[in-house]
Amino acid sequence: MPLPSPFHPRTADLCTSLAWKTWAGYFAVEHYGTCHEREYYAIRHAAAMIDVTPLYKIDLRGPDAARLLARVTVRDITKLAVGRCTYLCWCDDDGMLLDDGTVTRLSDEHFRLTAAEPYFHWFETHAAGMEVELRDTSAELASLAVQGPRSREVVAAALAPEFHAELRSLPFFGAMPARIRDFDCVVTRTGYTGDLGYELWCANESALGLWDAVDIAGYAHGLLPAGLSALDVARVEAGFILAGVDYSSARDAAIPSQKNTPFEIGLGWTVELERDAFIGQRALIERKGDPAARRTVGLVLDWTELEHLYEAEGLPPELPSTAWRGGVPVYSKTGRVRQVGRATSGVWSPTLKQNLALGLVEKASAKLGTQLEMEVLVEYQRKRVSATVSKRPFFDPARKRSTPQNGSLV
Amino acid sequence: MKSYDAIIVGGGHNGLVCAAYLAKAGRKVLVLEKRHVVGGAAVSEEIFPGFTYSVCSYVVSLLRPWIIRDLNLVEHGYQTIPLECSFSPYPDGRSLCRWSDADETRREISRFSTRDAEIYGTYGATMARLAAFAKPIIDSPAPNPASLKPRELFEMLKLGKNLRDLPADLLEQELGLMTMSAVDFLDAWFESDQLKAPMACSGIIGTFQGVRSPGTAYVLLHHYMGEIDGAFRSWGFARGGTGGVSNAIASSAQSFGAEIRTSAGVEQMIVERGKCRGVVLQDGEEIRASTVVSGLDPRLTFMRLVGEEYLPTEFVSELKRFRFRGSSGKVNLALDRIPEFACRPGDSAHLRGDIAIAPSIEYLERAYDEAKYGKFSRRPYINVVIPSLVDSTLAPPGKHIMSCFVQYAPYDLEGGADKWPEQREAFGDTVIDTLEEYIPDIREIILHRQVLTPWDLEQEFGLTEGNIFHGELSLEQLAFLRPVSGWAQYKTPIHSLWMCGSGTHPGGGIMGAPGALAASAMLESGAL
Repeated sequence: MPLPSPFHPRTADLCTSLAWKTWAGYFAVEHYGTCHEREYYAIRHAAAMIDVTPLYKIDLRGPDAARLLARVTVRDITKLAVGRCTYLCWCDDDGMLLDDGTVTRLSDEHFRLTAAEPYFHWFETHAAGMEVELRDTSAELASLAVQGPRSREVVAAALAPEFHAELRSLPFFGAMPARIRDFDCVVTRTGYTGDLGYELWCANESALGLWDAVDIAGYAHGLLPAGLSALDVARVEAGFILAGVDYSSARDAAIPSQKNTPFEIGLGWTVELERDAFIGQRALIERKGDPAARRTVGLVLDWTELEHLYEAEGLPPELPSTAWRGGVPVYSKTGRVRQVGRATSGVWSPTLKQNLALGLVEKASAKLGTQLEMEVLVEYQRKRVSATVSKRPFFDPARKRSTPQNGSLV
Repeated sequence: MKSYDAIIVGGGHNGLVCAAYLAKAGRKVLVLEKRHVVGGAAVSEEIFPGFTYSVCSYVVSLLRPWIIRDLNLVEHGYQTIPLECSFSPYPDGRSLCRWSDADETRREISRFSTRDAEIYGTYGATMARLAAFAKPIIDSPAPNPASLKPRELFEMLKLGKNLRDLPADLLEQELGLMTMSAVDFLDAWFESDQLKAPMACSGIIGTFQGVRSPGTAYVLLHHYMGEIDGAFRSWGFARGGTGGVSNAIASSAQSFGAEIRTSAGVEQMIVERGKCRGVVLQDGEEIRASTVVSGLDPRLTFMRLVGEEYLPTEFVSELKRFRFRGSSGKVNLALDRIPEFACRPGDSAHLRGDIAIAPSIEYLERAYDEAKYGKFSRRPYINVVIPSLVDSTLAPPGKHIMSCFVQYAPYDLEGGADKWPEQREAFGDTVIDTLEEYIPDIREIILHRQVLTPWDLEQEFGLTEGNIFHGELSLEQLAFLRPVSGWAQYKTPIHSLWMCGSGTHPGGGIMGAPGALAASAMLESGAL
């Protein structure tokens, strides 16, 4: 049986569709109402609150906490300032990707890491001889993402008044401790939607207080609770990869070709090679320029072509209403047509009016603007439709990074 | 003096689309807008402090997805959010809400007729199939039936083939659509008045016809052509109001190098030896260009800015017959809180779509009868939306804006159109009186009211006779007949003067197609 998250008393009341799935052993809402669209539009238009408690969390405390993170992950965390978060990944000794997540520096010697999969013991094993205390806080901390163009106003209104000014000036990937009513929480300006957004972290006991405070603050701003279906549409538009969908962890790989370096998965920018030893460093130095490597790419599918394929069958174009996941072959378009990779997730973007996909292809086919073809199934027949390698994020509003200068609400 | 390849007269959404495409093709373009803001009738303005009204046009549907992609409109801030549902309250305390979810809709309709509920889905599917056949028509220029050019012939053949390819069952429906009234067409499908009345309204919006007037059935189809992701709920709100659409297009046009000047009304076109050479602004400034494109309606373009004397007689007489006959007004309200409908109290999803005050077919027909004789309807058809419920940028927290499209408000009021200013507030009162029958507390929560009559639409927005589509969207004024037969391809009898507004094919609504098709016609012809 999956477990209820600490927000369950609220989410269960609201989830009139009874559309639940499991996420890391927890009940998670797919969509609250009959379909996910309203929730998606709340993310892009107003604000949405999403229960992201099932993320794995590790708190690291002590003088060597930064050193441990710098040793296990690909980033030199010692450089991370207090009150800042960063996105990163960690690898095995062969430089093969294990998982990705965020690290927040809450104080000089206190860090919080999030992960998609359990890695507490992986970090603990490498802490031998270091002065650092690790605590698996996965089942102790509730987390609520508040995402969307109005999320700044919503979160500000939920916090105690003395934190409003700081919240409004909180930069992209900034973190701050705050209070809501009578309990403490941490606010980070992070998220998985590629929009303006925050994540709020508090002890399980305060979870319902957190939910209610955000809910009430959000009413005037069109805030809705959103499930994972809506989140999935937003994350593909944002071009974010998902562990276990767009790549498999080296830990789960059955054969070598199922493993990837961070460079292949588009996380090369997080890798800081020139520094003290870290796990996978040597292998990563060797593999950095590997010509046989693959690359994660964004694909924009040719809509007119797809329309014509359906038209030839006498049908209007059909699309899945939610984001899809799976493996679809991707082919070269010029020269001898052969398979050069796969598309792993995709969505019709209601905002961009584009048919999008994320995929993993040979390095030679990964240059921006390269014309490829992706397989589509039209009336039970395998067809191919042109796909252009495009920049990620597909949707990248300025509000995601911008912070109002004068503390005004924008 | 600066010179331009093209001057676009009128910074409405079509003028801006046209400018963006021309600029994208490397042409030097100047857009001239009379008002202080761009957008024409697709405009958002803070009329009352803190409240942003979509002053005229209030929903988007048909903005072509290829235009959104070609012009990178999303990067320039274009965002839409679909309407949840169509809600219709009735005076007897009942109500009907049609949702995107088929089962929910079926349950709602069952309260009035189980027979209608069962067949409603089939109706939608049939209309969608018909719309698919009609869609190529709005995405390509109208062919010229009199031309012998191979391309034109081919286009005509394509249209013919589209019709010929219709399966027999659809062909029958298609013929019905072309000839019948909205009510007659719906009668063949449904029995309950409560369902048919709000559905029939989409056949009359913006026309001076009643739901029982022949030809109105065709406009029902337009409803199913709207394309927000091929979803049933094809109508949406633009973020920031409909002005958001215009601002995104303007920003895109500027990013391609187009210049936009506001508060720059054009007084007349400079025509020399049958050629348009530029424009004279209201302040007397002269601006020259090798091409001038008008985004204004055909009457304003030719009768006001060009002048009859420069035009062929036949063209002028056809133009005079082109019907405008504005029939609608607009009331925008700032509200202190969410309005409560007596038949379905509380704030819930049913308020997040469009709300049709159209309780029965007879009600609609009566509303039309009054208008025929020069009066505004005592109980009009009202299409209400409350966009601030889904877009909180439009009003202060907890407060709302309510947009009411009101029909019929005939331009030719008894005693003349210039009687409108003295009738304006009485017209506004009628709208509030009507709303009060469904929202008992409406008077208490109104903070501000803006009333626009057809006369106001003409004065302020340059819409001749207040017609929101730059000329009625009736069959005899569409495709190769829009605006004048033989001149339906954006060209005009004046050399170097082109048209790109809603008065050209494929017509009105925030579609952008006239602007885009006009630009490509100009570029293809090598005119600039």
